Amino acid sequence: MMPAAPRQILPIEGGAVVSAVATVLEAQGVPADVTPNRRTVELAEDAARMFQRLARPIGVWASISLADFAGVFGGEGHNAPETPVDQTAGRADDLALFAVTVGDALPSRIAELFARQEPALASMLDAHASEGAELAAHHLQNRYVDWLSGTGRLGAESGALRYSPGYCGWDVSGQRRLFDYLVPEEIGITLRDSFLMQPLKSISGVIIAGHQEIFDFENTFGFCEECSTWACRERIGAVLGGMPDETA
Amino acid sequence: MKLLEELAQSLERGDSQAAADSTRGAIELGLPAQRILDDGLIAGMAVVGRRFKAHEIFLPDVLLAAKAMYAGLALLKPLMIEQAVATQGKVVIGTVQGDLHDIGKNLVGIMLEGAGFEVLDLGTDVAPETFVDTAVREGARIIGLSALLTTTMPVMRKVVEAVEKRGLRPEIRVIVGGAPLSAAYAAEIGASAYCFDGISAVETVREMLGVER
Ligand code: B1M
Repeated sequence: MMPAAPRQILPIEGGAVVSAVATVLEAQGVPADVTPNRRTVELAEDAARMFQRLARPIGVWASISLADFAGVFGGEGHNAPETPVDQTAGRADDLALFAVTVGDALPSRIAELFARQEPALASMLDAHASEGAELAAHHLQNRYVDWLSGTGRLGAESGALRYSPGYCGWDVSGQRRLFDYLVPEEIGITLRDSFLMQPLKSISGVIIAGHQEIFDFENTFGFCEECSTWACRERIGAVLGGMPDETA
Repeated sequence: MKLLEELAQSLERGDSQAAADSTRGAIELGLPAQRILDDGLIAGMAVVGRRFKAHEIFLPDVLLAAKAMYAGLALLKPLMIEQAVATQGKVVIGTVQGDLHDIGKNLVGIMLEGAGFEVLDLGTDVAPETFVDTAVREGARIIGLSALLTTTMPVMRKVVEAVEKRGLRPEIRVIVGGAPLSAAYAAEIGASAYCFDGISAVETVREMLGVER
């Protein structure tokens, strides 16, 4: 009998997913070179405390072979013809599917604050929750890398990068097969017919681990022009410049 | 009038207590609700909107101003009903079926309210027929749809079709917005307009309903 692929469920400590006030203010449209007024900073700090009280971050990762990943990635056949995801994954040493969430108390609280006509706090809490989900994904990625290092599988000059369905040419309908393989329902994340995850503040994807050079690519993909975040460049930069740290 | 100027300024400062105090003062003075609304609350939010558009202030400031506006509006509402104050028009908004994202839609609703429109927010995961039924029942001439996923965008077409099928065009117009949308997509599904953000939603609705700034 084949041994089951390694899979870990990881509750994440709340403090690990609280973003810096400056990050959250930027997400709220306050430019980094503008000094925010006192009330705005207080609002962000209040929201950070509220976020830490309500967040229940948890994640799951499961190793996946390249062949199995090709099946998951193929999804429902709607991906872009060329993507950095399959190109990078095809040269990887290790792959793991993952999902993280900061829990369902946050979206309910945000909705309640809007209903109570506290839009500024609601919006700030929303930004903390979105950024918190990103930090949770980052944390999970680092724990997976730790696990790889512990097994001696991660060589020198290696790194890891994650991609998510809905980004970089990987169609969001890829969520279905990702869920079939990973079963994030076990940590409370469910998938709707529209491929939307519940709780809302959740992230899914693949973590690709391998030699640093596999992550570098030129931006020649058609969909890069439509991308609103360009977050990959920062993350690729972190891998090429060494392993990402907890707060990147 | 000084009191209404103070009311408008309290919104610009995002001072809810002062907004409530000025509104109460204006009501006690016997000023008509329409005037308190137009020259106090809407005037204040108009300045906030302009400064936001000019990048002099940012989203948190706008939302603190909105909170102050709500503090005044809560006191004014009974008087508005009593004096049958007409709003700038009704707009039905919601996030389409299958989608649960609501921050963007909420922000658009706040901007519309700040501009004096009556917003009927149906929430998230709203079926096409519910949008149309509500608009007909409430006499709203604009339906505003929000979607944040490419997989839920097609529901917008169903709303447009439902409006058409019931012969409600051009009286009822459908406007759409959300991160994955574009003007081209809006045109393709037959929507009346694509709105990039809350400010463009306000400008579009004003234009459609012939409301002067
Ligand atoms: C009626 O008239 C109108 C008029 C204007 C209207 C309107 C109606 N409705 C909106 N508007 C407009 O006015 C509002 C105010 O300015 C604006 O509303 P918005 O709602 O757009 O703006 C909000 C105020 C702030 N904006 C946001 O909160 C969304 C920002 C972006 C970067 C984003 C974020 C933050 C997040 N996400 Co994600 N996320 C993206 C977004 C990309 C982007 N740049 O927009 C988007 C929506 N996400 C996407 C994806 C793919 C995903 N996300 C996911 C997760 C997340 C986070 C948790 C990290 C976080 C929170 C999500 C949330 N909204 O709660 C996943 C899904 C989560 C789930 N529950 O299923 C995941 C599926 C990724 C994954 N596999 O994990 C993409 C969807 C693409 C698609 N194919 O559908 C996406 C467009 C990014 C991209 N690829 O460019 C305008 O759009």
